[in-house]
Amino acid sequence: MKQSFDWVLVGVYLLLVLIGWVNIYSAGHTAEAGSIVDFGTRAGKQFFWILTAIGLAVFVLFVFSARLWEGVAVPVYLFVLLLLAAVIFLGVEVKGSRSWFEFGPVRFQPAEISKISTSLMLAMVMGRLGFKMGRAKDFLTVVAVLAVPMMIILAEKETGSALVYLGFIFVMYREGLSGWLLTLLGSCVLLFILTLTASPYVAVLVLTAIAVLSNAVVSGRFWKWTLWGGLFIAAFALLAWGLEKGYLPALVAKIEPMWVLIGTLAVVVTVMAWRCFRRPNRFLVHSILGFLGGLVLIFSVDFIFDHVMQEHQRKRIEVLLGMKEDPSGVGYNVHQSMIAIGSGGVDGKGYMQGTQTAFGFVPEQSTDFIFCTVGEEWGFVGCLIVIALYVFMILRILHDAEASREAFTRIYGYCVAACIFMHLFINIGMTIGIMPVIGIPLPLLSYGGSSLWAFTVLIFIFIALDHQEKKYF
Amino acid sequence: MEQPQQNNRHIKLAIGLLVFAAILLGKIFYIQVVDKSYRQEAIANAMVYESINPTRGVIYDRNHEILVGNKVAYNIMVTPREVQEFDTLALARALEVEPAWIAQKLAEYERDRRRIGFQSVVMMRHVPAEIYIRFEEIKFKFPGFKGQVSSIRDYPINAGGNLLGYVSEVNQAYIDKDPENYRPGDFAGRTGLELAREKDLRGEKGYHVFLRNARNQIEGAYNDGADDKEAIPGKDIVTTIDASLQQYGQELMAGKVGSVVAIEPGSGEILALISSPSIDVNVLADFGNNYKALVSDPYKPLMDRAVQSAYPPGSVFKLVNGLIGLQEGVLKPSDLHPCNRGYYYTKTRKLGCHAHRSPINLEEAVMMSCNAYFCYVLKDILENDKYGSIQEAFDQWNAYVHSFGFGEKLGSDFPSELSGTIPTSAYYDKLYGRRGWRFQTIVSLSIGQGEIGVTPLHIANLCATVANRGFYYIPHIVKDSEGVEIDPKYHEKHYTMVDPEHFEKVIPGMWRAVNGGPSSGGTAWRAAVPGLDLCGKTGTAQNPRGDDNSVFICFAPKDDPKIAIAVYVENGGFGASVAAPIASLMVEKYLTGQVKRTEMDREVRQKDLMHKVKKD
Repeated sequence: MKQSFDWVLVGVYLLLVLIGWVNIYSAGHTAEAGSIVDFGTRAGKQFFWILTAIGLAVFVLFVFSARLWEGVAVPVYLFVLLLLAAVIFLGVEVKGSRSWFEFGPVRFQPAEISKISTSLMLAMVMGRLGFKMGRAKDFLTVVAVLAVPMMIILAEKETGSALVYLGFIFVMYREGLSGWLLTLLGSCVLLFILTLTASPYVAVLVLTAIAVLSNAVVSGRFWKWTLWGGLFIAAFALLAWGLEKGYLPALVAKIEPMWVLIGTLAVVVTVMAWRCFRRPNRFLVHSILGFLGGLVLIFSVDFIFDHVMQEHQRKRIEVLLGMKEDPSGVGYNVHQSMIAIGSGGVDGKGYMQGTQTAFGFVPEQSTDFIFCTVGEEWGFVGCLIVIALYVFMILRILHDAEASREAFTRIYGYCVAACIFMHLFINIGMTIGIMPVIGIPLPLLSYGGSSLWAFTVLIFIFIALDHQEKKYF
Repeated sequence: MEQPQQNNRHIKLAIGLLVFAAILLGKIFYIQVVDKSYRQEAIANAMVYESINPTRGVIYDRNHEILVGNKVAYNIMVTPREVQEFDTLALARALEVEPAWIAQKLAEYERDRRRIGFQSVVMMRHVPAEIYIRFEEIKFKFPGFKGQVSSIRDYPINAGGNLLGYVSEVNQAYIDKDPENYRPGDFAGRTGLELAREKDLRGEKGYHVFLRNARNQIEGAYNDGADDKEAIPGKDIVTTIDASLQQYGQELMAGKVGSVVAIEPGSGEILALISSPSIDVNVLADFGNNYKALVSDPYKPLMDRAVQSAYPPGSVFKLVNGLIGLQEGVLKPSDLHPCNRGYYYTKTRKLGCHAHRSPINLEEAVMMSCNAYFCYVLKDILENDKYGSIQEAFDQWNAYVHSFGFGEKLGSDFPSELSGTIPTSAYYDKLYGRRGWRFQTIVSLSIGQGEIGVTPLHIANLCATVANRGFYYIPHIVKDSEGVEIDPKYHEKHYTMVDPEHFEKVIPGMWRAVNGGPSSGGTAWRAAVPGLDLCGKTGTAQNPRGDDNSVFICFAPKDDPKIAIAVYVENGGFGASVAAPIASLMVEKYLTGQVKRTEMDREVRQKDLMHKVKKD
């Protein structure tokens, strides 16, 4: 058994931090800018943040005993909850969200460190001997551990950070959460988007397809289900298509396909329910209930969208889904960011040669939109390398986590991976227009001490845990 | 240690991770490599092309004198977005305008701020140099205001206003037609030569490439200026115009409405092309401000009468009928025809003529411009047994006339040429019915009246054709010069359907018309210039709007023609009275370089016919 730290992981970490620093310098670079270590510039400040972050990493690796993490999980978690709540009353307001503490020149966001505390707490709770995801008490404990900080963060109007918490569902999946729950969540998101972009009719058809497919997989009579369900869906899809194109005779054209669909579904579902009653089939029951739930969701989407969501959230979703063209308003940022990345071509414009990021067309070019500088100046090759480094880092963490014998280390590792993944996907997805504009940083690359410190500690605690394990087993 | 049962879940998660990464990379690949539009948008975002305007080509006359040059003009520009609080009074004093005017201008810009954006606009155009220098000294006090040096047209010789045409700032409709080459604020030729040779004269724009930031501030030259492009100056145009002849002709035509076209027969080069009243070149230089006055002028100075008005040619057309008769074999030079103060085409109806001896032969008929003689000629042409019907004969006549270039655009190298009209048999069939017309119906065509319209350019071309004994070159005003090659069609001879030998039979009459002396009955004896051997033909064309039009064509010298000229003066009376002296003086000026007949010169200059011309 090796007795050293996972230096490969440390190396990837340093590489990403370096890439970030170099690109922050370029993003803020103007003719009169100072050198890369000039503290007056963002790159200079980032240099300072990097040095302190490395200091933190050294502390975590060498000073603080890794064995203690499991023990301090609860107090740390509670303390951070307190900070999260306190910031609502004591914090300063930045861009509409009250989530920052300010100490002189330094600002920090409790939501950043809550990722660490929640990960520790989750690892502690789920790693306990005899923990069973299927058991209601255990499941609800986990939900509570996640929901409490998430709710407070939502109250701070830090939607982005709250969204990251959704990533923990992958950890729960790894630890035994039913795959169907994951499917359910994915389906909800899909139906929501479909209803908004296409129509409720399409959403109902897709919902039916999901239900049919699920039952086809589970029932063991795959072809029978697929055949009948497929015919049913195809018939209704053709009906709607024909009506829209006006290919059908006038008499048929009077039919409102939605009512026919709902009528037919009502009959089919009733028959199904009757059969379940005669010959109990738990999955069928669940899928019928799920189907009905899906229908409720579909027909309440407009309500949720118009009455539950807030104005700015609505706008972001509208622009993202292409429901409204808005190149100068909310869409401006995304449009400019896509121009910057898109103009990079295969091999980019060269370091410090970018015109879009350096000249301020892209907003927040060194924080949330740092990936634009990568895309513009390093091109597709640069994007590929950066994303590959992240993927490698996540896979490496998953690999180490799987190899560990302690549940705490494994679960914590998964939490770290989930956090990095959510940040990566949301942030880059935002810069290339496949996610709404949600202000969360790109881990290790984005300018800012608070985020860099948090991710450094998050990652190095795992490295320390991993090392400690190897040392004692 | 307890391991959860589903051992493959970490693999599923890893695969999921790769799928999501692939989604990101796929979209990135699409916008970076597949979709090129982002690159263009990036350029539009960050690069500012500041165009460098080329100097417009110079227009020379045939002796390399400058007709149109360029001179420096000073404009006061303002970038409304950059204007800050300033001392309006001081600026108004420096620019010698009312403070209220400046305030009003700024208010206009404020109103149009959406359209203007960050651009600079011209606040004052063509300010005098003193004002400009004074402004330059104190402009630092007025952020947002700056000076701009530009180049405008300059006309050293007051000649050829109409012919040269003018340049003016392009409007949006113009830009939309050619957005590649024109931007707001550019100038383009709008009429005359400036329009016809716009492509040569305008040159090619260059540009500096600058980088700007999101606040539209210039960050510096892009790529150290490596992608900048120098402007290529417009090509110079050498015209066939003789500036002094053009200028002299314009002076003579002052006070008259009409036109003069002088052609070098041996090349088709136009020596002078005058439309009167003409546009003064000073007006041309500041065209924008004079446009309204020019448009509302009842004498329509903007119309280039030399090519844009079709008149009946009058008696000069007798030459054409005579030549056709000779070619058709229905006329011999020795044929005698009577004239009893006119030609009775019915028992009671007469086409009148002036008093002269009778009967006369072709030479005398040309010399004295006998109407009756050419009535007989056209009658013989149209009632020729060779043709089955008058229609057939008439269409043959029409073909002959067309071969002289009449009834169609000659294809000159300046814009807006009219084709004129030469009637066809179908036209009369329609008018009178197929059996409803005979020679007697259209007798006035014999003497160039009736349903016939030609431009002064056509008439001049006829004169050149006669001078050349049977062929013409398409009249044109641009010569081959370095970098500018004219269409080869201008070097091609165009033969008429009349054999050259027949031309020799009418020329003696033309010679005698001028040189026969006052008692000979020659119509144009006043045009004679000793030693120059002028050959001419007068014309008096009926004008339904007042006095007859005075027409004269001549060429000289007789045996080696250097100049063929046509003068058309509206309401000028007999051809001999106004048109002939003008033509004669211009020939003298061109061939000898000076005018000795100062008496005639003065007389012509003093003649003011403007009051006779009906205004619209």
